[in-house]
Amino acid sequence: MVRLDGVGLRYGSGPDVLQDLNFSLPQGSFRWLLGASGAGKTSLLRLLTLAVRPTAGQLRVLGVEVHTARRRDLPRLRRQIGMVFQDFRLLSHLSAFDNVALPLRLAGRPEGQVRVDVGEMLRWVGLSKREMARPAELSGGEQQRVAIARAVIGRPALLLADEPTGNLDDKQAARLMQLLAELNRLGTTVVVATHNASLVRRHPARALHLDDGRLREYAEGMYA
Amino acid sequence: MPSLRPRGSDDLGLRRALSDRLLPLLVASMVFLAAMALAGVIAAASLAQHWQGGAGALLTVQVPQPAAPGPSGVARAEAVAALLEHTRGIAARRLAADELAAVLKPWLGTDVGALSLDLPAVFEVRQLPGADTQHLAASLAPKLAQAAPDTLVERNSVWFDRLGVLARSLQASAALALLVVALVATALVAVATRAGLAARRDAIEIVYGLGATDRMIAGRFARRVTLLVFGGAMLGLLLAVPLLLGLATITAPFSPSLQQASQSADIFRTLPPLLWELLPVLPLTAAVIGWLTAQATVRAWLAGLP
Repeated sequence: MVRLDGVGLRYGSGPDVLQDLNFSLPQGSFRWLLGASGAGKTSLLRLLTLAVRPTAGQLRVLGVEVHTARRRDLPRLRRQIGMVFQDFRLLSHLSAFDNVALPLRLAGRPEGQVRVDVGEMLRWVGLSKREMARPAELSGGEQQRVAIARAVIGRPALLLADEPTGNLDDKQAARLMQLLAELNRLGTTVVVATHNASLVRRHPARALHLDDGRLREYAEGMYA
Repeated sequence: MPSLRPRGSDDLGLRRALSDRLLPLLVASMVFLAAMALAGVIAAASLAQHWQGGAGALLTVQVPQPAAPGPSGVARAEAVAALLEHTRGIAARRLAADELAAVLKPWLGTDVGALSLDLPAVFEVRQLPGADTQHLAASLAPKLAQAAPDTLVERNSVWFDRLGVLARSLQASAALALLVVALVATALVAVATRAGLAARRDAIEIVYGLGATDRMIAGRFARRVTLLVFGGAMLGLLLAVPLLLGLATITAPFSPSLQQASQSADIFRTLPPLLWELLPVLPLTAAVIGWLTAQATVRAWLAGLP
């Protein structure tokens, strides 16, 4: 599913932000991604979403060697990856509905099917009455729910989330974890970066712990 | 091809990023100038053709004492006429007495016949289309001297050659202006597209990250740019046509065919038909330039993404 062999990353001529990462994520696995701010969690997620390519080592995602793949082969791969960004990254000129519909429309789904699926997803995240609202008209929590809906609506094979519960109340956070667990049970590989220790304790799973760009521990069932 | 939103919608927010004011106005100016340059190319070509083909004799041959017998025994004028008739690439015509009288009227008055002058026979020699007559005067002079000694040959084409060079220079200048306008229009579209890319960078990166292809994103930009460019080009053309009609009316006296057309009731016939055929090509060419430039600019920019 995902495999990193000696992967490193640096931006331009700056210092290495990730160094010598070696691990794999089997299909259907769940991992917490832990570490202090600046440890490299977001950079690792950017690598896994193909927003950057490794500057060292070999990265294999969903059967594709990312470090050597041609640019034109990557869009198809990106459509199989869902990502919930810490800053939501919604399109400000589109409604909540159209933001959530983006992955389906990119995948060429029929418009009738898009309407049904997006309506259902927005109901699930509690935004059915806000579907025509633009991001600027939504609260932080509502925007996060739109971002989550957009990330999962295409049933991605690999789902990555960067602090997905940061703007959610406990009830919404619990519902989100329920959704992630359900997707994981259906075969989606899930990686969630978080600082929320209590969330990790409530949902024990193996954890990747980054420290200064290096993988320090490969812990299971505990918040390190 | 999959789309980001249903057809016709503004997927990337390009309506704000690529304003429908500045770019169309700039393109309208370019097409206005292009229309003027195109009219210049056609007008210069028409002038060159007019000057070269119909503006008068290549040579004027004057035969003194035309009725006197020449070395061959026949009248000198007839000997010259026979010689000219058998010379390839030219058509010669002897001026009639009244034509000659009209030519001499400024010097000799109205009643030339009453003066009992032995006027020379004057032949007007024209070049036939496609004939090479560059050295005609030089080769003809000794033969004429043999047929009718003291015959004068005047080469008029020197002026027409100069006018031809002038017309070709005008034509080349107008064509160069057309090329410069096309290049400036290309640069304008490229700059506007890059400004649009900078304004929508975040949106592009988001949809790119979700799996949008280069073709999809470049297509969205190209569609918007083409629409704006075509609209601006039509505006420029609409502004140029009345001015061209006005200019054609003013310059009609210099071109017999246009003068004839300008006297007809249909004002649109004042412009040459070729110009009417080529003017609609300008907005289409502008649209193609816009589409290609936007595609190339966006794809080059996207190539910098992973």
